[in-house]
Amino acid sequence: MAVMRYREALNLALREEMQRDESVFLMGEDVGVFQGAFKVTQGLLEEFGEKRVRDTPISENTIVGMGVGAAMTGLRPIVEIMTVNFALLAMDQIINSAAHIHYMFGGQVKVPVVVRFPQGGGHQLGPTHSHTMEAMFLQVPGLLVAVPSTPADARALLKAAIRDDNPVIFIEHETLYGMRGEVPETDGLVRFGEAAVRREGSDVTIVGISRMAITAEKAADILASEEEIEAEVIDPRTLRPLDLDTILTSVQKTNRCVVVEEGWPHGGVGANLAALIQEQAFDYLDAPIQRVTGADVPMPYSKALEQAAIPHEEHVVKAAVATFRDV
Amino acid sequence: MATDKTATEKKQRSTGKSTSLPSREGDGRSRSPELPDKKTALELLEKMILIRRFEERAQEMYMKAKIGGFLHLCIGEEATVVGTTSVLEDIDYLISTYREHGQAIARGTDPKFVMAELFGRETGVSHGRGGSMHLFDAERRFMGGYGIVGGNLPLAAGIALASDYRGESSVTVCMFGDGASNQGTFGETMNLAALWKLPVVFIVINNQYGMGTALERHSAVTDLSKKAECLGVPGDRVDGMDVLAVRECVREHLRIAREDRQPTLVEALTYRFRGHSAADPEVYRTKEEVDEWRKRDPIVVYGELLKREGLIDDAGIEELDRRATGIVDQAVEFADQSPEPVLESLYDNVYALGEQVQGWYTVDERTPEVHPGEQEHEIGATGVVHELAEAGAAHAAAGDVQRRRRRDASTNGPADEAQDDEEEQT
Repeated sequence: MAVMRYREALNLALREEMQRDESVFLMGEDVGVFQGAFKVTQGLLEEFGEKRVRDTPISENTIVGMGVGAAMTGLRPIVEIMTVNFALLAMDQIINSAAHIHYMFGGQVKVPVVVRFPQGGGHQLGPTHSHTMEAMFLQVPGLLVAVPSTPADARALLKAAIRDDNPVIFIEHETLYGMRGEVPETDGLVRFGEAAVRREGSDVTIVGISRMAITAEKAADILASEEEIEAEVIDPRTLRPLDLDTILTSVQKTNRCVVVEEGWPHGGVGANLAALIQEQAFDYLDAPIQRVTGADVPMPYSKALEQAAIPHEEHVVKAAVATFRDV
Repeated sequence: MATDKTATEKKQRSTGKSTSLPSREGDGRSRSPELPDKKTALELLEKMILIRRFEERAQEMYMKAKIGGFLHLCIGEEATVVGTTSVLEDIDYLISTYREHGQAIARGTDPKFVMAELFGRETGVSHGRGGSMHLFDAERRFMGGYGIVGGNLPLAAGIALASDYRGESSVTVCMFGDGASNQGTFGETMNLAALWKLPVVFIVINNQYGMGTALERHSAVTDLSKKAECLGVPGDRVDGMDVLAVRECVREHLRIAREDRQPTLVEALTYRFRGHSAADPEVYRTKEEVDEWRKRDPIVVYGELLKREGLIDDAGIEELDRRATGIVDQAVEFADQSPEPVLESLYDNVYALGEQVQGWYTVDERTPEVHPGEQEHEIGATGVVHELAEAGAAHAAAGDVQRRRRRDASTNGPADEAQDDEEEQT
């Protein structure tokens, strides 16, 4: 085990996969000379040169489309977009091209492209740089969606994403880049569609998405020490494919469920999961499924307002306790 | 007032004094390009005739509701299409728009697989998943038709980047319409292609209209060959009604891309004789304007040239026509007899299956019965999902023919729009 930061784990994954496979290359805004807006690509230009670490103009839709085109001929491009809000400029190529090409051409061609970007609030970047939009990508058939919350998963899932033959939306979290964690020395991959049970418990299931998996763990500690509630914390790690069975198995044991996400409530991950869980495990539920979400507002700049718009462990504790109310 | 201006423009255009005719001085395009050898010269004519007959028959089949959705015909643009594909090498890539039946056929895809795709059959080039706008032929490096205007430009640059990355000499030819030159991807892609010296030739098929909006009403710069110059992509203009001129021009630009690694933009000035799609009442242009362009019909003009040169006579042209009609007859028969995709295949190819994605059921919705995910495929194939899919598919049998003919009658389309009165009950 080595302890490293989330950004270093991503950097390691990129380095290892580029060393392993000549067809892997990186393109994006300021990934080279600038070393990456969040320093994820630090040192890669020096090691791999301009052919494989390509600084691009600010043209999100076109660089994603170029990644798709290159992938259609068998290369494995990784396109970095600086933040999720900028990825909105590339939604045409992400959905109309990347996600659909394999299907609409009858399986004649594959699109092994990875589109990486961070999301999330916490750095006071205001309403055009801080949103959480995994639910938008989750909706699209044809895309794989990863939302790693630890350095170990960041490395393992990014390596798996690069090796997969499908287009992958790889969503990092801006406030996790500096987080330290243990990363196995082995060349281990984590398969998409395998949730991690972060903490075992028998009283309530808490599903945390992206950084909210960490918030959920903090909440579980509070629930144990202050409420005598043992929560089981699940981090799905990927939303497509989704390991619904691990969640259902947990809910069948605990009979209660809270879903925590940083994104907006309408049509969110929690809305989707609540529907899936009640369809498949209604008889096991002893209480309505609770959702904890980001506030239904554009992300404000003010530090106090921004923090008020993001879910914290207190919100999760309250929601978990609410599942024990008499109904 | 804008409406007056439009009317004036329309009038000017209908007199044939169009700004769109090749007018650039000293670019050599006014000279008659040399004829290729007899075999090649006749093949060009034969391909253009085949595409014409194919498109006409597709329109008929559309009126019979054998073809659904939108149908965009390239009638009038055959010289641009065939002139371009005739100088491509096997290693080159071609990528197109939603008006791409001609490109696929010209690139060598058997017309029967194209027709089957229009019919939505399993035997179609895209197995009935793409339809008219989304043909694809990996084997012939025809990298697809795309339904989003301007959406194929970044893909073309990416394909060219891959050729460059691998050190291959392939060139990517990207065809798109005049309307696409207003999309953000046009500017973005031109800049990137020039910046990275990608081996790509952009061909803007200027057929004078972005759907129903005339060039002068949608683009401030109407000499589209100049539109990417400031982004590092020099342009050239060619008479898109002249198959030999297109051939010669594109051949040179392919060379520039292949040898000099310089992307260029070729503007082919052409015209679509039919509407934007099969259901276009064409209120935006006059019959006189269409007639004026029809005098320059690329097939007629080229046929006359070959006759003058003694390479073919009327009987020879009739023979080519008969042969094309035969091929199209067979294509229709093949398409009509081909099976529909089976309902169980609805989810095929949503994902490339592998170690991580072992089946669509791992990521998709589940049937109402409570069960673990790995059982979904079995339950889906034999259980309630199949029943519901059959119930849904049964709605496909509704009679579109009458509806389509009513719509056609009410739109009062121009006389050249094929009217098919044959009764076809579905």
